[in-house]
Amino acid sequence: MSKNKINLKELYEKLGPTLALIILVILVSILNFKFLDPLNLLNLLRQVSINALIAFGMQFVILTGGIDLSVGSILALSGAFTAQLVVMGVPTIIAFICGMLSGAIFGALNGVLITYGKAAPFIVTLATQTVFRGLTYVFTNGNPITGTKMNNNFGFQFFGQGYLFGIPFPVYVMIFFYILAYILLHRTSFGKKTYAIGGNEKAAFVAGIKNKKILIFIYTICGFLSAVAGMILTSRLGSAQPDAGVAYEMDAIAAVVLGGTSLAGGKGKLSGTLVGALIIGVLNNGMNLLGISSFYQQIVKGIVILIAVLLDRKSVNK
Amino acid sequence: MKIEMKNIAKSFGDNQVLKNVSFTIESGKVHSLMGENGAGKSTMMNILTGLLSYDDGHILIDGKETKFSSIKESEQTGITFIHQEMNNFADMSVLDNLFINKEIKKFGYILDNKKMESEAQHILNELDMHVNLYASINSLTVGQQQMLEIAKALMSNSKFIIMDEPTAALTKNEINKLFKIINKLKKNNIGIIYISHRMEELFEIADEVTIMRDGNTISHYLMENVSMSQIVHDMVGRDLGDFYPKRNPHLGDTVLKVDGLTGKKFSDITFEVKSGEILAFSGLMGSGRTEIMRAIFGIDPLTSGKIEINGEKATIKKPSDAINYHLGFLTEDRKTEGLILSDTVENNIILSSLDNLTKFGFLDKNVIDDFTNMLIKRLKIKTSSNNEFVGNLSGGNQQKVVLAKWIGSGSNILILDEPTRGVDVGAKRQIYDLMNELTDRGVAIIMISSDMDEVLGFSDRIAVIYEGKLQNIINNKDATQEKLMTLATGGTLNE
Repeated sequence: MSKNKINLKELYEKLGPTLALIILVILVSILNFKFLDPLNLLNLLRQVSINALIAFGMQFVILTGGIDLSVGSILALSGAFTAQLVVMGVPTIIAFICGMLSGAIFGALNGVLITYGKAAPFIVTLATQTVFRGLTYVFTNGNPITGTKMNNNFGFQFFGQGYLFGIPFPVYVMIFFYILAYILLHRTSFGKKTYAIGGNEKAAFVAGIKNKKILIFIYTICGFLSAVAGMILTSRLGSAQPDAGVAYEMDAIAAVVLGGTSLAGGKGKLSGTLVGALIIGVLNNGMNLLGISSFYQQIVKGIVILIAVLLDRKSVNK
Repeated sequence: MKIEMKNIAKSFGDNQVLKNVSFTIESGKVHSLMGENGAGKSTMMNILTGLLSYDDGHILIDGKETKFSSIKESEQTGITFIHQEMNNFADMSVLDNLFINKEIKKFGYILDNKKMESEAQHILNELDMHVNLYASINSLTVGQQQMLEIAKALMSNSKFIIMDEPTAALTKNEINKLFKIINKLKKNNIGIIYISHRMEELFEIADEVTIMRDGNTISHYLMENVSMSQIVHDMVGRDLGDFYPKRNPHLGDTVLKVDGLTGKKFSDITFEVKSGEILAFSGLMGSGRTEIMRAIFGIDPLTSGKIEINGEKATIKKPSDAINYHLGFLTEDRKTEGLILSDTVENNIILSSLDNLTKFGFLDKNVIDDFTNMLIKRLKIKTSSNNEFVGNLSGGNQQKVVLAKWIGSGSNILILDEPTRGVDVGAKRQIYDLMNELTDRGVAIIMISSDMDEVLGFSDRIAVIYEGKLQNIINNKDATQEKLMTLATGGTLNE
């Protein structure tokens, strides 16, 4: 009897988000056939890739029981930095590498402040969110960075706009980092340590895990992936906007939570987060197709997140 | 007034914790409840106060069948449970704590501090307790906090007070004061259920005693008709000699030597442990035993002192350093520091060995499975699978999971802080056997224990700590309850 209940619960935990995604896809397709148009689907995947990349990093952070509110600002700052390098004539590859590294450094800074400063992740990243955003405005002087060097640069444009075998290049980037993050989280001791810290930070410390080192690395990953998302966005828009990525942390957190990861840490899977990002992508895309006003879109998205969190609470209490 | 519990039974799932329990307490009497950890004392008291339901049996109050469905109901009837871990709001004031959720108000909303002050002062005077009403609970000694709990009970007009190991963390002076107050309460016709492991106290304070073992009430005596050895015999169901496995140590070289260790709660601690030895650390709770070990293991900082491992100076700044020196530490509270309850048996067991279970940084599933299976088998951990959540295991099996973690990580020096606390009798024996097996293989064990029988029954040498100082280290064969108690309460042995 009790065995049955547990299996049902596990089944729900495993398939819940996927089931929600399937129902959503069916619903949207019925309401508007255009949704299933391959062009639309490819476009959807490209939109999803940016949020998914940020969400992969956010997943690590949330698994430790933390949160990173600064991802959107890191995205903007490293995007602007990369764009500036390209405009200055730095080779594209080097500009990208520098941009991604800058994101990693911003993330590491979050990690150091949280671990050595012994401060709550929420407060630290709330502060750095503002600081990084401010730096972006200072760096860009409040204007978009753009120029012919960017628009005539094939490599730069390809990263966000290009297609390979008929599929948008950002989708490959997303899949590449999904595999990398998956291996890191589910196949290495680093992944086990991530879960352990989220499950019981004190016990992990006593068991000899170097919590600080692991946490700094995790925030570094999150910063790095936000920067990669920043490259895609900058390339797609053909310019670096100083207010790019505002409120992106919300979609990333929502993707992680929708995917079944517990905000208390220690529980959740990367595949869930990918599904979560797809749910949000389908919601955004579907509501646009259905011509729902962006005001209402926000309300719907909020309600969906609330439902997910309430379901999560139920399964925790059980 | 008279409370009778008759033939109470209670199960948690398949685990029957109370089989047949009967107990009677009358106003104006001190009735002591004795039994080992896991005998069912707390469960029984939690049933009496309505926190837990019971499957079978009756509770009669003055002959009338009563069933409390919440603590609130039992409190209204006049039963107060003073827990070992006190439910204080540590940062709030004495006055706030006394009146929490029963504040006296003016006009329905505004707090009437004057009235609360005078009422609190009245009660505290009665208890001969002098503290500033606006001092925060943090600044009080444990003894004072205990008194405050009693004050709370008096304020709510309790007729019966349950005290769970009230003297565990008290100094000799505070204990005397507590006993005075208990006698005063008796005179005021208040009944007291007194749970303690300290034999001497019973004969000093109790009128009668009920002894529990393995979920049954075994016997009931008036104190004047019973001897200490009879109580012990009833508690363990056999003589102590049989309960603890024989120690047959083959001592090797000194593996751990500490010299002049000083930290926040202890000073100038010097001792050594040899390979194959069990060195017990005795002393009252809060005496600093645990803190010394936490500092050795790198959890808390040291202010001064030297640690030598295998004859060489060791630098331990954090637990991972200690693990590199092959130290292992089973912490006092396995739930907050020993286990990840939300994670599986396997993930808990491999936690300290993760870096040894990887190939080029990748986890090797086969190696991990073999490693986990081997340890589960060796420690006889009862679990449905490697992927069972640790939180679903019994206390004894949880403790074994923590032990498996440290044995698996190859510890040569094991610090076990209360290794058998909250563990049932059967699992206890298994843990002792395991400790014997480990020391036979040359592992050195430091065992902190508040259970004096355990310290006397299962160690080679005994170190006694009192208020952060090492009083003495005595050989087990020279040790007696009286000697340990004298040292633990600050006395010296005059021989």
